[in-house]
This record gives sequence, C-alpha cells and structure tokens, in this order.
Amino acid sequence: MADPAGAGAPAILPLAGSDLSWRAGDVEILREVSLRIEPGTRNIVIGPNGAGKSVLLRMLHGLLAPSGGQLAWATADPLRIRRGQAMVFQRPVMLRRTARENIEFALRVGGMREGVRAAARAALARVGLASLEDRPARLCSGGEQQRIALARAWALRPEILFLDEPTASLDPAATRAIEEIIAAMHAAGTTIVMTTHDLGQARRIADRVLFLHRGRLVEDTPAREFFQQPRSPEATAFIKGELLW
Amino acid sequence: MEEISQSMGLAMGLVRQLDQTLLAIAGLSLKVSGVAVLAASLLALPLGAWLALARFPGRQVVIAVLNGMMGLPPVVVGLLIYLLLSRAGPLGSLGILFTPAAMMIAQAVLILPIIAALSRQVIDDAWSEYREQLLSLNATRWQCMRALLWDLRFTLLTAVLAGFGRAIAEVGAVMIVGGNIDGVTRVMTTAIALETSKGDLPLALALGVVLIALVIAINTAAQLMKSYSMRRHG
Ligand SMILES: Nc1ncnc2c1ncn2[C@@H]1O[C@H](COP(=O)(O)OP(=O)(O)OP(=O)(O)O)[C@@H](O)[C@H]1O
Ligand SMILES: [Mg+2]
Repeated sequence: MADPAGAGAPAILPLAGSDLSWRAGDVEILREVSLRIEPGTRNIVIGPNGAGKSVLLRMLHGLLAPSGGQLAWATADPLRIRRGQAMVFQRPVMLRRTARENIEFALRVGGMREGVRAAARAALARVGLASLEDRPARLCSGGEQQRIALARAWALRPEILFLDEPTASLDPAATRAIEEIIAAMHAAGTTIVMTTHDLGQARRIADRVLFLHRGRLVEDTPAREFFQQPRSPEATAFIKGELLW
Repeated sequence: MEEISQSMGLAMGLVRQLDQTLLAIAGLSLKVSGVAVLAASLLALPLGAWLALARFPGRQVVIAVLNGMMGLPPVVVGLLIYLLLSRAGPLGSLGILFTPAAMMIAQAVLILPIIAALSRQVIDDAWSEYREQLLSLNATRWQCMRALLWDLRFTLLTAVLAGFGRAIAEVGAVMIVGGNIDGVTRVMTTAIALETSKGDLPLALALGVVLIALVIAINTAAQLMKSYSMRRHG
C-alpha cells in the first residue's frame, strides 16, 4: 500500500480531543472525554450498549460537532484532514448501484480521475468479494455489505480509519479476513480507531483500550495491561461479563 | 340511458377506427403535456433535491408554500400566464399566446410545484439515511444531490408522473392560454368540454376513454418499471 499520508503532505495525526461533550436535548451523551490518537496506533473503544462509542467515533470523524470541548488535528489544512480519514459505519449505507460502482463513487468523490475501475476491483478482491463486482450492493447480504464498506474505506488509503463494529454481523472466516485486512492496513501505516463487542477481537487488535461507560471515558489503558487487570471497577465488571447499567 | 349507450357505441367506433380528429387531438395533448413535464422536471428535480439538502432560516416556510402550491388552481395559473403572454403583457412580444407553446408553459408552471414538492419529500427521507455516509466520503453538496437524484430515480419517476397526470387532465389553464382552436390548440380536455357543451357526446366520450386509458397505461408502466428496478437494485 502507498504511504497513506501521500508524498510530502503534512500528517494529520496526532488527533487531540479535550473535554469533548455532546448533548442531545438535555441528555449528555458524551461527557468531557479527553484523548489523544497517536499515529500508527490501534485504538479499540469498548463499552456497553449505549455508552457513546458510535457517537464518539462520529465526532472524531467530524460528523458531529462537539457541544463542548475541542478537537485538534496536527494540520490546519481542512481538505487534508477530510481526505486523510475514512469510516466504516455500524450500518453501512450502500448506493443503489453495483458493489464496484459504490467503490468507484467513493474514489471519484475523493478526487481520483484515472484507474478508478481497476482500483475498485482491487479493493473488492482485497476483501474477497471479487465475484460480487456487478451485484447491486443493496442486494448483497449484511455481511457482504460490511465487507464492501471496508473495501471502500481501504480503497481511499486513509491515514486514519474509524471502524464501528466492522465485524458485528460476519461469520468467523469473514471476521478473520477483516481482521487481517485491518492488520495489513495498520502495517502500512494506517491508524486504527475501532469499536467492538468482541473482547477476543479487541485483545487481538488493540495496542490501547478506551473504555467508555455512560458517556465517560473511564479508562484509557495500554491493551496488555487492560486485559490483565483493568484499572476501573466498571471495566473489571465489563470484561467479566457482568451487566453494567 | 339509451342515449348514453348509443354514444358509447359510437365512441368506441371512433377509437377502433383511429379517427383522424381523435388522433390529432390526443397527439397534441401528449405533446403539450410531455414537453411541459420535461421542462418542469428539469427545474423541479434539482430544486427538490436542493431544498432537501439545504439548511437556511425560513426553509420550513418555503417547503410549506411549495406544498401549498401543489394545489394551484389551473384557471388562475392560466390567467397569470395569459396576462404575461398577452399583447400588452411583459412577454407579449413573443407572440405565443394561443399556441401550443403557451399551453406548455402554463402546464409546466402548474406542475412544477407538484414535482418539486414530491421529490423534495422523497429526497429528504433518503438524505437522513445517506447523509453521514456521503459526508464521510467527502461528497460536496452538488455530488450528494446528484447521487441522490440518481439513486432515487425510479421513485422520483412517480413524482414526475403525478405531474404528468395533472397536466394532461387539466382543462382550465390550456383553455385560457390556448383558446381551444380547432386543429391548433385543441387538446383532449378542452375538446371534451366543448363537445359536451355542443351535445356531441360520442366524440367527447371517445376522448374521455382515450384520456383515461392513457393515464392508466402510463401509470401502470411506471409502476412495473419501479417494481422491476426495486428487485434489480434493492
Ligand atoms: N442523534 C441522536 N440523538 C439523540 N440521542 C442519540 C443520538 N445518537 C445517539 N444517541 C444516544 O446516545 C447514546 C449513545 O449512543 P451510541 O450509538 O454512541 O452507543 P454505542 O456505545 O455505540 O452503543 P452500541 O454498542 O449499541 O452500538 C444512546 O443512548 C443513544 O440513544
Ligand atoms: Mg454503536
């Protein structure tokens, strides 16, 4: 894979968030979350349903404006910041076109002019869906759509990739395949920020674990340490499988 | 009752023989309403898409007004276009009053709000589903509009056909700006009105049958196309 940052372009990472809050009406969904995403790291966000993981990812990706706090990238160039990121959503949205055309659309919108079709094909092959090239994307199974979404993000060669439960509806083999692609992207320099409910997966991927609970960042711990002994009682209960309400 | 069934018999005869007058009138109707719907769609679809995506103060008011304009009375639209196109009017120099061109303009004005309002609704709904994905891909406003218009093309066709149905069935506007001139601006609806008032029921009924058959055929075709494409594209 090419250098995701592009030759000579300023890097957009690290990303620093300080006291990030987000409220919907008078409900505070995220409360004073401060974190720093360093280049080249694999950050796994875990926490119970409704903790605010998806909201946090969408905020970091720039889709939700914080209602409090600040988000700062390493560069001030807005176009670089936008093009340096990609996201795979919890529920990916496919355009009413073929799988390949969905990826071509993303590439064209991202400014690619030549070799679009070949790049889209390569991306589909990368996630093992070369045979689905001409299938209307909306008629693909949920798991296939999630892989197309990952192929679409992969094709964009982002500097940082946000993944919101990318393997939630995948079979074990597909899950492995996705994890390998994520590992390969990471090896090529892409920074990973990902949520998952699969603790085994978190263990396999993470350098660092961010544990969210009721909108608060309760823990921000190196992965090895987190899985041996979390610092907080909430995380301890969570990985023991106790329900946290 | 007997008169009606007799007229009906004569009417079906006209339809079966493909009566020349009947064909000419039906043809002009199709042409006028077809051009009107094309012209209106060219403006209304982008307008609907823009309004679905745009956020500005007063947007809700604009949408409410647009929705209200779906019910514009054809005679009033006809009157306004008449005033614009009449010799003393601002566009009088065009000299198109009482020509099919004037009828096309009047119908286009009449159905533009219908197509725009319906497509705004459809695109608005889809936008809430697509928004984050398209913004994540860094699509510009313009690229989002184009992607949505293309993705929703079969649903939008329904909006366009609603406009067509309204155009081809209205009588007030084309009567005023067209003048119902025999062989020049006489369309199905104005002919039906005239023949009925003259008491020539067979021709009026024959035209009525053709009009209804046409509207049903076009809507059925659109429905089939839509369900086919839904199966094809998801
Ligand atoms: N647009 C919104 N408006 C109002 N409330 C919202 C909105 N988006 C999310 N929420 C609320 O914010 C909370 C956190 O949602 P979020 O989707 O981030 O949870 P999550 O941690 O990703 O959960 P899951 O594990 O189920 O995916 C939830 O209670 C949700 O109802
Ligand atoms: Mg979530």
